[in-house]
Amino acid sequence: MKNLTNRSKIVSNKQMNFWERIYIPAILNGMRITFGHLFRKKTTVQYPEVTREFSDVYRGKHVLKRDDEGRERCTACGLCAVACPAEAITMVAAERQPGEENLYREEKYAVVYEINMLRCIFCGDCEEACPKEAIFLTKEIVKSEYDRDKFIYGKDVLVEPADPAKRIDISKRQTPEVIEFKKNKKYKHNK
Amino acid sequence: MIKVTIDNIPVEVEDGTTILQAARQIGGKVVPPAMCYYSKLKGSGGKCRTCLVKVAQGSAKDPRPMPKLVASCSTPVQDGMVVQNLTSPEVREARKAIVEFLLLNHPLDCPVCDQAGECDLQDLSFGYGMEETTTDFERREYPVIDIGDKIKLHMNRCILCYRCVYFADQLTDKRMHGVLFRGDVSEISTFVQNAVTNEFSGNVIDVCPVGALTDKTFRFKSRVWFLKPMNAHRECSICSGKVAAWMFGNEIYRITARKDEFGEVEEFICNECRFEKKELTDWVIEGPRHIKRQSVISANHYEERKEQSIIDPIAGTMTEVE
Repeated sequence: MKNLTNRSKIVSNKQMNFWERIYIPAILNGMRITFGHLFRKKTTVQYPEVTREFSDVYRGKHVLKRDDEGRERCTACGLCAVACPAEAITMVAAERQPGEENLYREEKYAVVYEINMLRCIFCGDCEEACPKEAIFLTKEIVKSEYDRDKFIYGKDVLVEPADPAKRIDISKRQTPEVIEFKKNKKYKHNK
Repeated sequence: MIKVTIDNIPVEVEDGTTILQAARQIGGKVVPPAMCYYSKLKGSGGKCRTCLVKVAQGSAKDPRPMPKLVASCSTPVQDGMVVQNLTSPEVREARKAIVEFLLLNHPLDCPVCDQAGECDLQDLSFGYGMEETTTDFERREYPVIDIGDKIKLHMNRCILCYRCVYFADQLTDKRMHGVLFRGDVSEISTFVQNAVTNEFSGNVIDVCPVGALTDKTFRFKSRVWFLKPMNAHRECSICSGKVAAWMFGNEIYRITARKDEFGEVEEFICNECRFEKKELTDWVIEGPRHIKRQSVISANHYEERKEQSIIDPIAGTMTEVE
C-alpha cells in the first residue's frame, strides 16, 4: 500500500539485547535530560511579584478616554459595536443636558457602555473604528473573577479617571500618521 | 417610444422622460445619484447637480455632443441620445467637486447624527468624495430648532435641496415652512418658528436626504444599523398604514415610510402612524425588509435569497443577485 505521508515508521518486534534489557542506560539517559533542564534559563516568572514586560501596543483591557478638559470623548456613535466581530459591545445613548458641557464632549453621549470581556477577543477593531479617539486598548490585563456577571465591564470600570495624574497614556499606541495629523491645527478636530 | 443609450446600455422610453428616469428604468449602477430630485415632488431637481451626466451624442438627427455636463434629472431624452454616466471620467471628476461643494457647510458630525447609515450624502461622499477638505473657512452655524414637537431641524446639516418645501407645498394643504433669506445665508425655517401641525408633516423627515430634519421621538435612541427594518401595516383612517417598523428585539424604535431602491418614499404616511404608534400591538408585522448588501444596516442581518447567484460555467464568474 502506498503511504499517504512519509512519516510512517516500520515497527519491528526485534528481541532486546542484554544492555537494553537491564534499562539502566535508558534511565540514566532520561535523568541526564531531566537534570539538564535544571540549569537552563527559566521560562516562567514569579507572578504576581514579577510581571512580564508588555509591548506598548499590547491589546488588553479597554479604556474610554477623556479629552484634555476631562470630558468624555465617547459620543455613542456605535461604530465600535458594529465593527466588533464578537459583538461584545453594547451602548445606550442620551442627549447632553444644558450644564453638562464639562462632562461630555459632544451633544450626545453614552449613558450605558458595556463590554462583555468574556466575548471580547481583543482584536482592537473597536479602537480602529472609533472616530473620536475615545476607546483604546491598554496594557492592563483583564482580571479573573468567580462570577460571570462581573466580566461585563460598564462605564465605571472603562472610563479613565478625570484626575490628570491618573490618566492612562495611550500616546505610544498612535501611529506616526495620527500623531502627524494631530499636529495640524488646520483641522477643527485638533483645536 | 424613443431609444437612448446610457453607459452603453440601450433602453426604450416614453417621449419626454428625463435622462435620470430613463436610467432608473435600467436600474443598478447606471442610475446617477440624486440629492434634490424626487420623482413624487413636482418641480424638484436641478439644484444639487450631483446627477450631472455627459451627453456624448445629442440625438440621432444632431449627433453633436452637448457642450457641458447636463443635470440628468431635468434634461429630457431625445431619440438616439448617448449618455455617459460612470463610464465618463469627466462626470466622476465633476461629481467629486460637487460633493466638495455640498460638504462646504456640512458639519462632520456623523457620529452624532441620527441619519448616519442611511444618509444619501454619506453614500455620495463615500463614493466620490475626497478625504479632506481644501477650504479654510469656518462652516456656517445655526442653533438647533424644533419644528413642531416631533421634528428637529439641524440647519447646519441642510444642503438646501428644497425637497421638504416642495413636499409641504404639494402634499399638505397649507405650507408652514419654507426657505428664508438668499444664497449663502438661506435657511429652512417656519414662520417665526411656528409649529408645523399638518398631519402629513412628518414625511419631511423621510424626504430629507441628509440629517437636517430628524424624528424627535427617535432622537439618539439607537443607530439605524442596530435595528431591523420590518414591513408592517395597520388600519389607518388617514393614510395607507403601510410602513417600515425599525425594531430591536420586540421593541419598535421608530416608524418610517417604505422606501424604494432609489431611496424614495413609496407611500407617504401620517403623523399618527409615524410618531404615536410604537407598540408592537399596534402593528401587523409582515416580515423583514430587503436591505442592500452594501449598506451598513445589513451587518448581522440575514435574509432568505429569492434567487441564487448564477455561476457562469464558461466565464467562471458569479453574477451578483441583489
